[in-house]
Amino acid sequence: MRVLMFGWEFPPHIAGGLGTACYGMTKGLAHCGVDVLFVMPSASGDEDQSAVRIINASDVAVYDTCHDIEEFLGKVQFLRVGSNLHPYIDPTDFTELVEEEQRSQAEEFKFWFRQKYKFSGKYGKNLMEEVSRYAMVAGAIAAEQEFDVIHAHDWLTYLAGIAAKRVSGKPLVIHVHATSFDRGSADNIDTRVYAIERQGMLEADKVITVSDLTRNIVINKYGIDPEKVVTVHNAVDFSGREKISVNRGVKDKVITFLGRITFQKGPEYFIEAAAKVLKVCPDTRFVMAGSGDMMNRCVRYVAKLGIADRFYFTGFLRGDDVQKMFALSDVYVMPSVSEPFGISPLEAMKTDVPTIISKQSGVAEVLKYAIKVDFWDVNALADAMYGLLNYPALSSLAAEKGREEVDNLKWDSAAIKVKRVYESAVSGK
Amino acid sequence: MNKSVCFYFQVHQPDRLRQFRFFDIGNDYHYLDDFSNRTIVRRVAERCYLPANRLLHDLILRHNGAFKVAFSISGVAIEQFERYAPEVIDSFKSLADTGCVEFLAETYSHSLASLSSMTEFKKQVKQHADLTKRLFGVKPTVFRNTELIYSDAIGAAVAEMGYGVMLTEGAKHILGWKSPNFVYVNAINPRLKLLLRNFNLSDDIAFRFSDKAWNGWPLTADKFADWALSALEKDDVLNLFMDYETFGEHQRSASGIFDFLNAVPAAILSRKLDFCTPSEAAQRYQPVAPLHVPFPISWADEERDTSAWLGNELQEEAFNKLYALEADVYKTKDDNLIGVFRKLQESDHFYYMCTKFFSDGSVHSYFNPYDTPYEAFINYMNVLADFELRVNEKLKSAKKAKNLN
Repeated sequence: MRVLMFGWEFPPHIAGGLGTACYGMTKGLAHCGVDVLFVMPSASGDEDQSAVRIINASDVAVYDTCHDIEEFLGKVQFLRVGSNLHPYIDPTDFTELVEEEQRSQAEEFKFWFRQKYKFSGKYGKNLMEEVSRYAMVAGAIAAEQEFDVIHAHDWLTYLAGIAAKRVSGKPLVIHVHATSFDRGSADNIDTRVYAIERQGMLEADKVITVSDLTRNIVINKYGIDPEKVVTVHNAVDFSGREKISVNRGVKDKVITFLGRITFQKGPEYFIEAAAKVLKVCPDTRFVMAGSGDMMNRCVRYVAKLGIADRFYFTGFLRGDDVQKMFALSDVYVMPSVSEPFGISPLEAMKTDVPTIISKQSGVAEVLKYAIKVDFWDVNALADAMYGLLNYPALSSLAAEKGREEVDNLKWDSAAIKVKRVYESAVSGK
Repeated sequence: MNKSVCFYFQVHQPDRLRQFRFFDIGNDYHYLDDFSNRTIVRRVAERCYLPANRLLHDLILRHNGAFKVAFSISGVAIEQFERYAPEVIDSFKSLADTGCVEFLAETYSHSLASLSSMTEFKKQVKQHADLTKRLFGVKPTVFRNTELIYSDAIGAAVAEMGYGVMLTEGAKHILGWKSPNFVYVNAINPRLKLLLRNFNLSDDIAFRFSDKAWNGWPLTADKFADWALSALEKDDVLNLFMDYETFGEHQRSASGIFDFLNAVPAAILSRKLDFCTPSEAAQRYQPVAPLHVPFPISWADEERDTSAWLGNELQEEAFNKLYALEADVYKTKDDNLIGVFRKLQESDHFYYMCTKFFSDGSVHSYFNPYDTPYEAFINYMNVLADFELRVNEKLKSAKKAKNLN
């Protein structure tokens, strides 16, 4: 079986967990005998191609493969999202406006038709433009390549997946790693992104979600038929990782939060629990590692609670520093308000660090030996921290069993499930 | 009797901290950014201290002792001169030798100790007075607190230490309709005389000199002397207090600040005004009234209060956590640790955490090595955490040694 896979990033150049997940999954698929053609907007050539063939979208010019521009455009063109809003316009005028917009986009398309588009492959300002151009290039690639099924990861590539499906007629599987509801609060989501996500889910033959939590969001918030939504939990691949040795400067116990400091990650619950624990165990140290739009607010909050001599901020951690941070930690906490999956608790457990996670995270569905609390239940969180600090029996059990548990989360078994989804998409069942 | 103009210059350079990460806590005992401290001290020495001292020396000789100035040099600045620019100390010494320069006392560490711990405050004042005596041969009799911070209580404590004169800001919200150009006395202990900074005329030189949008620009020595004359029409003494770095650093040499300074004494003297040092001013003029200052004032920002250093929760937290260590630090009896404790008290560390971006942002950002107050806070707290570990270790090992004995 051969799959045309659309991603946005691939190790070593990654900004988040998406690239890492794609890498692990493609390796697993290779072990199950699935051929993967991995398309990404901007490849730099140093990606590990042992399990996949990487197609750099920046190298593909559209004119090679299609002869009839109008027909091609009919299949792959999407009204560019984010075009100007026109209030108080009647329906006929609006239709005209849309057609006008499509005409002008077609003209523009013909203009750069013979050129290659240089994608940045980042998450920058003209992201929307890159997303829609990526779709055009995807159409061209789909016309050229041989494959059985299309697999698109996250909303950035959904339009590409749809274009490829329209051009090739092959079934489309989309993979939901996160939704708009995990990025903004429920009443403050990006409607442009939501629209693309929903379109992708509707046009897909199968939808894979990274957790049941995300599956429920897809079904309830996007109105997708539960029949076609399947959960495949992520796994982790720690092969080739060496144990890092650190010099512990601080002899006290360290409790760590590591992640983006944003509303979704629940940093303020961590701070409140820290203040409670410090009242009873004044020699505990807390670290908030990462950066984000709530960081300054958190710094102020910590100062206001008067615990800044025991609570540290590291800023964004790069490279080895993440490993170092885990190695320095005695307890890891992920109090996410909303987390489609959450890889970092697995990293912590792999490093023998007892872990507390919120029940509102996808990873809670697969972990037995992590302590689970409701993100808002600061007392329960403080209790769990206190327990892991003061009862060695508990913490050593959590560390030992936790590592075993994580070792058993293999991409190979996730890949078997993904392959089954491909098969049912191909057979139309 | 002639009316007087009193020049006083503040010389200070902070010990800037290096980037101290969480991973360094307990592992690395070096807190200072030696490179940037050396670079800045050398730069300011070349642009300001050395040329300005040369010019002042010249002016004093030229006017046969009719031109006088006063300085206070923070202890931490002296330490950095000794390390990075010893010639600056020599040039101050030769100014001292003219007999027309008065050196004032202040806190050794340019600290805010007067707002937290009076015992620590007194220790630092004594430390600074000893240093001044050692370097310049005279024990200071006039006191100026860090950033001219003053309140009735602080003034009373200073009087108790034997000082007869103290400088502070002629803050509008304290003076109301009264003029800063007289000698006042402390409200608790009338034996402490107060000299108040005339912030209008001081800032004309210190802040506005090169501002081309200012309607006083360009400021010439004659124009300034006329202003001084009219300010002293009915008053006694015009106190011009400013950062010494005004000359050549804040106001670049190209702005003509040195030419201005060169011409000012002659212009002032030709208008039948004279120069005096703070101690002479306090001796010569009768105090007119006690000054009531229940809450601390300073010379910083529009507010003229302590909010530049202790105005938000970050600053309060860092400040409180620092002084909470005081007792333990002295229990160690370790001079090295006590020295670091004093360096961590420098007011500049707290100034960097200030969030008053908008009104006085330009001044703040000029002095600030950090991009945001949050970074300043995080870095400072990391250093403080390491320092606390060192203090505790020392106490523990001292206890162990005692038990063994």
